[in-house]
Parts: sequence; structure tokens; C-alpha cells
Amino acid sequence: MLIRLEHIEKTYGTADHPVPVLHDVNFAMHEGEYYAIMGPSGSGKSTLMNILGYLDTPTKGTYYFEDVDNSRASDTKMARIRNEKIGFVFQSFHLLQRRRAWENVALPLMYGDVPKRERRERAEQALLEVGLKDRMNFYPTQLSGGQCQRVAIARAICTRPKLLLADEPTGALDSKSGQQIMDIFDALHARGMSIIMITHEHAVAERAKRMLHIYDGVLSGGDRI
Amino acid sequence: MLENFREAFDGIRSHKLRSALTMLGIIIGIASIIAISSTIMGTNEQIKQNLVGSGSNVVTVRLYQGDYPFESAWSTPPDYIPPLTNDTLEEIRAVPAVASAAYYAQRDAYGQIRSGGKALSAGTVYGVDSSYLSVYGYTVRIGRGFTDSDSDRFRKVAMIDETVSAALFSGANPVGESIDICGEPYIVIGEFTRASDFRPTVSTLDEYFTYNQSTGGKVLIPFSTWPVLFRYDEPRSLVIRAVDTDSMTAAGRKAEEILNGTIQKENPEVRYKSEDLLEQAKNLQELSSATNRQLILVAGISLIVGGIGVMNIMLVSVTERTPEIGLKKALGARRRRISAQFLIEAGVLTCLGGILGVLVGIGLAYGISKMSGVPIFISWYIVAATVVFSFIIGMFFGAIPAYRAARLDPIEALRHE
Repeated sequence: MLIRLEHIEKTYGTADHPVPVLHDVNFAMHEGEYYAIMGPSGSGKSTLMNILGYLDTPTKGTYYFEDVDNSRASDTKMARIRNEKIGFVFQSFHLLQRRRAWENVALPLMYGDVPKRERRERAEQALLEVGLKDRMNFYPTQLSGGQCQRVAIARAICTRPKLLLADEPTGALDSKSGQQIMDIFDALHARGMSIIMITHEHAVAERAKRMLHIYDGVLSGGDRI
Repeated sequence: MLENFREAFDGIRSHKLRSALTMLGIIIGIASIIAISSTIMGTNEQIKQNLVGSGSNVVTVRLYQGDYPFESAWSTPPDYIPPLTNDTLEEIRAVPAVASAAYYAQRDAYGQIRSGGKALSAGTVYGVDSSYLSVYGYTVRIGRGFTDSDSDRFRKVAMIDETVSAALFSGANPVGESIDICGEPYIVIGEFTRASDFRPTVSTLDEYFTYNQSTGGKVLIPFSTWPVLFRYDEPRSLVIRAVDTDSMTAAGRKAEEILNGTIQKENPEVRYKSEDLLEQAKNLQELSSATNRQLILVAGISLIVGGIGVMNIMLVSVTERTPEIGLKKALGARRRRISAQFLIEAGVLTCLGGILGVLVGIGLAYGISKMSGVPIFISWYIVAATVVFSFIIGMFFGAIPAYRAARLDPIEALRHE
């Protein structure tokens, strides 16, 4: 089992005015599975994603990643898990404007203390996988939105993570570019990558093999498509 | 590490005006420190050269009564001071710090040196041996110097300096002329001058007293003829040339010790004392440094103000780059890495300010030197120290912004647009 969420609760706010965001979320995922999580804004899907990506910790419940409970891990250890096990793809790409495409891709490798020469090679390889090897020396400002997102995907996969987390990856793109991104996800899934994607577009979610719905912090479904 | 420096330079380059304004405080602080210290050290160097005379390295050891030189003209030397022997001189010459040494006797002679109808108002008569000139660093300008035979045959010959020559002979060649010293006729055999070009700048009363003795007229006669004019057992002084400027004090102290060893009394009132010009120079330098140290302190305060400016701008920078920090944290950058980035950026910023400040400071020092005539001396040690110090200031004032950046919540940071 890659992921197991048991009775996850997340509450924001103060003790006097608690703002519950997630209610008793239970979810399990095998390696190599491809999930889409759908829900309207404010439903708690971003919070769930943050918890899955070790950017946030649940208020209650246990999150097992590769059957390990890391809830008491230090900040440094969490950073290491994010770096080695998880790849993030954001809606707004989050590329560094002053770095070339390959340097953006190599960024997590730098934090993982990969030797310099190897970084470039692996960044090149990752860019090849998203079909942007010829643009490796371009700056983000010289790339289209779709190309930027592909660079961001390359950055997410170059550390060979166990899990790819995508938060509205097509949200800022036109439909054609969005299609290309989805094709890349399909290809990654076909090669065994575990993917969880958050979206509110039904057409996008349908590309995933399994779909979950989240409403007011309650996760439901898991229906096979 | 290298990547951190690269990010720092990127950050500075992307906000050129802002960075320049931030650096201004540091630039002004460092520039004033460099300008002040360069002028202080220039002044000190000048004091040292004026007093000590660059390269002459001469120390005299004379008899003192309390704090004042013992004056043979006014009092009989105490009987516990025996005449100095050649054995003692040899012992002093053997001291490692001593390059050469010679005995001499001296008396002030007011109006007692005459020639024709003219008299020298203030002058000093020195009874010397043939090595005196070379030890003191004098050269013969006209005529000849003393030989051993002048001394052996008790020749009444004299050498005079430019002051005496100008006063008595008005620039005409004095060689072969007769002068009257305390009623005895002497024949001038030569005129001597200082080997190095020595032009003291007298701007304070202290300096006037220091140079006064060296600017009065000097008349040298062979010591063997000294008893003709004065006492035969007159106590003598010693002039030594040290091997280098820094060993002057050591050479003087050692000679003083050897000479005092010849005194046949415990705790004598009259004793030998080395007149170390280097020591006097140091005292004068202390005086000038002490006042200027306070100026440097004031300049240091402007550095603190500059540092606060850096802290302010770094806090702005952290806020601006919040999404970037969030991303880096999401990608697995540790807190230490984030804080290092901002620490180094602050350090590089102030370090650049420091380097610019050094350049401005050197320019300022040259300007001051041009206007006031004070020489400057730029110490590369101080330059390096101020640049390193400015880097440290950056790191110090960058600490709070760096800490804040490192503690940012990645989710909040990513959401921040």
C-alpha cells in the first residue's frame, strides 16, 4: 500500500472558533494507481493535497506513506520526504523566472544533494520525457503556458518520486495545452507512476482511472471509471 | 553554497536601485572609516619619519638628572660617574641590535662661536671621534672629515653645519677660515650635512621643541681637543645606529643598561637614558590616534544605521519572494538552505557596499590629502578588515529576515501571490 489515510481530520481556526475542513477522511491507494479528486472550491481538496504532500499535518488521524507513519517527523525529515518521494505540479507552475528550463528542473536535485554533473543529465532526461529537451536552455518567459507546465512536470518527476501530486494542473491552460498535459500524465501512469490529481473539471478527471469526490470535507466515491 | 551566492547576486541585480540605496548607508560608513584611518595613519607615518628620520635609525644615550639632560656647563658631574672607556664602547658595539656606535661630548654655546665680527646666537659644540659622522648619518658637503691623526695630534680643527656656515660665512666657502670657540681659535676643515633629506614640518609646540635641538647650529671638534675648552673628564654621551627602525628601542635600552652598569652607585640621581625618538613618535601618534578613534566610533554608528536599512530591505525581499520560498520548501529545501540564501544575500549586499565604500573612502582620503596637505597611508589590512566586517554586518542584520523566511509555512507561501 502506497498511501493509507485513517480517520483524518483537519481543523483550522482557534479553539473557540474551530473551522473544520476535513471530516474522517479514509482513503487507501496502491502503487501505480491514478486518482482524480474532484470537488468545488472550499471543499477541502487543497488541504487534503497538502496533507498528502507533507506540506501540512492532520489534526487527527494517521497518514501512512509506504506503511510508515511520519506524523512525528522533524521539519528536516519532512523536507527530505517531499524532496525524494513526492513530486508537485501546481496550477501556476511556480517556475523561477531567472533560471533556465533545465535549471528549474534540477532544483529539487540540488536540495537532494545530487552531484552537479548528474543533475544536468537527469534534468535533461526528465525534459526529454515531457518533450521539451530542445527548450532546455530557454527561460520560463520564453515558453508558453503549456510548455511551462511541462517543465514543472519534468521538475516533479526528475527525482523519481513515488507519488505525483497535481493541483489543478490544467487550470491555467487553454484546452489544447491541457490535453497535452493530460497526455503526459497518461504516459507517466502507463509507466507505473502513482498520481493523485485535484481538479474541478469533469473532463480532466475522467482521464484518471479512479475518481473521488470531496464535499464539505467529506471524501466519497472511488468509483472505477 | 555557490548557488546561494548566485541567488544573492540575482536578487541584487533584479533590484538595482533598491540595492544601491540600501548599500548607501554601508558605503558612507565604510568610506568614513577608510578616510579617517588613512589620514590618521598618514599623519602617524609622517610623525615617525619627521622625528626618527626615515632610515637614519639613530638613538642617543645621554646623562639625565631626573627628567632633564645633565648639563655639564652648569654643574660638576658627580664622582660616581667614571669617564667612559673604549671597552664599554666595544661591548655596546657587540649588541646585535646595534649597527655602529660612537661617543661624543656636548655643550651648548650661546654667542660663544664667532668668526669675523659675527657670532652664532645659539649653537652646540660637540667633541667627537672620527666615526661620529658616519654613525649619525652625516656626510661631508665641503672640505674633509676628521681623521685619527686630527685626534692624535690634538689639531684644533672644526667642522660646521649649514646653519653655522650660513650665520658666520653667509654662504661663502668656510673651509680654511678660522672660528673662535669659547675664546680658542679653530680652523674649519669641512661642512657637513644630513645624508637624508630631512625637512621637519613643525605645526605644534611639541614638534617645535622636538626639532629645536636639531635645527640649532652644530660645531664639531676632535674630542682630544675638548679639554682645551672644557673639562678633561667630561662625561660623554653615546650615539648608536640601530640595525633597523624597529630595533631602535631595543638597541637604546641595551646601551643604556651597559652604560648605567659603569656608574659606581646604587640608585644614582644622575644616570644614562636613551633618547628614543621612536618612543616619542609613538607617544605623539597615540595622541592623534586617540582623538580619531572616537571619529571611527561615530562612523561605526552609521554602519549600524546602514545595517538596519539592510534588515528592512531584506524583510521586504522575503515578503516579495514568499511564493518562491514556498516552492523551494515544497521541493524539499531545508530551513537551513532558505535562511542561508537570505543571509548570504544580505552579506553580499553589504560586502559590495563595503567594497564601494573602500573606493569612495580612498578617494575621500586623497581629496583630504590634496586640500590639507596631510599625507595618507592606506593600510590594506584595514581595507580587508572593513570589507569582511561589512559582510558580517550583513549577516548579522540579515539574521532576522532569514529566520522569518526559513519559518514560512510552505502552504501559505505558495498561496501568496
